[in-house]
Amino acid sequence: MEASTLAITILWSLLFIYSILGSLDFGAGFWGMIYGRNDQTSASQIANRFLSPTWEVTNVFLVIFVVSVVTFFPFATTLLGSILLVPVGIGLLLLTIRTTFMVFEHHTQKYRELMRLTSGFSGLIIPALLVSILPITLGGFVDFENDLPVLHYAELLTHPTLYMHIAFGLSTELFISAVFLMDYSKEADDWSAYQTFRKHAIWLGPVSIAIAMLTIGTFPAEANWIVENIEDNWLWFGLSVFFFIIGYTLLFIKKQDGVRGWSRLAVTAIILQYGIAIYAYGSAHLPYLVYPHLTVTEGFTNPSTFYPMLIVYGVGFGILIPAFYLFWRLFLKDRRYLKQP
Amino acid sequence: MDIVVMARVLFGSSLGFHIIYATIGVGLPVMIIIAEVLHYIKKDSDYALMARRWTKGFAIILAVSIASGTIVGVLISLLFPNFMEIVGQVIALPFQMEIFAFLIEAVFMSIYLYAADRLPPVLRFISIISVALGATASAILITDVHAWMNTPAGFNITPDGSVTDVDTWAAFFNPSFGVTAIHVTLSAYMTVAFIIASIAALRLMRKGLSSKERNYHKKALTIALYFGAIMSLATAINGHETAQMLHEYNPRKLAAAEGLFETTRYAPLSIGGYTSLEDQRVKYAVEIPYALSFLAGDRLDTEVLGLNEFPEELWPPLYVHVLFNVMVGIGSLLIVVAFFAIFWRHVLKKEFPGWLLAILAVSGPLAMIAIETGWCFSCIGRQPWTITDVLRTGEAATKSSSVGFLLGLFLTLYITLLFITGFVLRSYFKRNPASKDLDAVH
Repeated sequence: MEASTLAITILWSLLFIYSILGSLDFGAGFWGMIYGRNDQTSASQIANRFLSPTWEVTNVFLVIFVVSVVTFFPFATTLLGSILLVPVGIGLLLLTIRTTFMVFEHHTQKYRELMRLTSGFSGLIIPALLVSILPITLGGFVDFENDLPVLHYAELLTHPTLYMHIAFGLSTELFISAVFLMDYSKEADDWSAYQTFRKHAIWLGPVSIAIAMLTIGTFPAEANWIVENIEDNWLWFGLSVFFFIIGYTLLFIKKQDGVRGWSRLAVTAIILQYGIAIYAYGSAHLPYLVYPHLTVTEGFTNPSTFYPMLIVYGVGFGILIPAFYLFWRLFLKDRRYLKQP
Repeated sequence: MDIVVMARVLFGSSLGFHIIYATIGVGLPVMIIIAEVLHYIKKDSDYALMARRWTKGFAIILAVSIASGTIVGVLISLLFPNFMEIVGQVIALPFQMEIFAFLIEAVFMSIYLYAADRLPPVLRFISIISVALGATASAILITDVHAWMNTPAGFNITPDGSVTDVDTWAAFFNPSFGVTAIHVTLSAYMTVAFIIASIAALRLMRKGLSSKERNYHKKALTIALYFGAIMSLATAINGHETAQMLHEYNPRKLAAAEGLFETTRYAPLSIGGYTSLEDQRVKYAVEIPYALSFLAGDRLDTEVLGLNEFPEELWPPLYVHVLFNVMVGIGSLLIVVAFFAIFWRHVLKKEFPGWLLAILAVSGPLAMIAIETGWCFSCIGRQPWTITDVLRTGEAATKSSSVGFLLGLFLTLYITLLFITGFVLRSYFKRNPASKDLDAVH
């Protein structure tokens, strides 16, 4: 495998990890807000119990992704930095408000409601901003004027594909988080929260898959190259849909104890569904980072810097494996934590 | 303002905001470890309580630190893309290692914060040590990139701007890495010690404290004073090495810091005053004969290069002399304050009088001002370069005209967050005063 292909594969894996963790994180924030004042179900407590210890780690994965883009593909920074300055800048601003208000909310008694609403709603706007980066790279929205890359806001903001991408991002975020929190509720033996999240997973599943398919239909004319590549990759996308059907069906299967839904297997199938789809989409996106201005090989750093970085990744994650294991035991497995009053 | 200036103000204010929280985030875990160790040795539950209360404050500070750190990390690529293009090719390694250090800190912080009561003591101790190691390692690794900007190494640049002959490890271990990393770490430890001293002093100035409460705050003050005294002295010794590093690798910056125009042997050290371009000297300063030569090279006859050796367009702004003096002045003052307070309490065995507590109460904010002026000195003193003698700031910055819009938004955010963090910390510790926790413990 060529070094630049290896680099983009690692980058894409980090994107996969972050898109799952980010969906859980922002989704849990949103569900926590929605059920914050509802006494009928403990869905909000479950969502917050998951969120409290995990948000920092999720946030680090966002930074890992950004740093990996810049360090693996330094020749992409000028282009990406110029066109993404405003959307990413606003995203950072909202992320800061969300993070700080979420933590402040637990430490103060005044203005809790305001902080809860702000952090909950930013849990929808931030993913919407992040997912809007995808259509920008497809072609048609970026041009060079006097040697400077420019993003055409008017065209982007009036194009249906932007809104379909956002709808796709949000429905996916809420679907993944609902299925996951359903399983998390089961670990905590909290069946009212379990049913609440199951109910949402059931309607969000078909909605998210329908939106995903419709989104491809709204790609701008300049993006024909990727539509063709996606059609060439149909087998993988088909496999992804297959895992969706398995995961979705598992939500309905009755277990021996009479409860509907095989949550652990369902989560696994849904994560596989998105994993396969993300890699298939990533491979359809090749060889471009931003069509038609920048390819993966043009953006790639020099190999003498790349290989030491690979070692850093290997050693870094190696050191962290026991830490992640401990983390998982304490916050996703330990009933003393999950079942606290 | 032109775009380059706005980009600098935006990034500078982001860093200036982040460094407040980041400094506390690096130093506070070490203070928590000290409290945990004292609790283990002395079996005094006050120290366990101290560790727990500091951890609560740390959790609030860390949220802002992580959020602002994310801003700084992403914004640098957006605002200085041409700079990051070179960074990505030459000095990417510390950036990536920093993330893993940050990840270690984040994972163990959650564990220490939310699972401390479910962990055996050994594992709890490992957790807080990992937090401290992660935080300090993160500071050191990011400082490496900053040091490399001051004393770049490990690559060549062709006239058309392409990077060649990259030597990753030569860049990593660039000439100023060691001294600068130590400087940042020690000064962060020192600052947090004085912040704790400030809080304890403020509490002790209150009338009508119970003796339990008074003892609790005195113990906190003692830890802070000893740790602060050692760290401020160590910072000063390392500061001397930093000056020698500047003398060897960055004489232009040293000349600007000292307001020295003509190359001089037996150069005096100018303290205070401001650098006057017309008069070619520092006005209204106190001069200590030979001291600059001695600082730069350990000999009175060391030749120190003056600004006139360099073309004027390559001079940093002359006001960096003031920034430098504020940093060194506060640092020196705090050494005196810490040792005097220790002498008063533990040699003369006297209670702290009100005036001494009042001085200690401002020591924390002063230390933070020194941190801010120190960073401003180091970054402004490097101008007009982003990477010394390689890349000018004007070439490094973005050309996008949207910077002004973002500048307004981010400045509003930072000012608001400074107030809200203060408000949240106050309201939390008002609802959970030490007296309440002490009653619960005893």
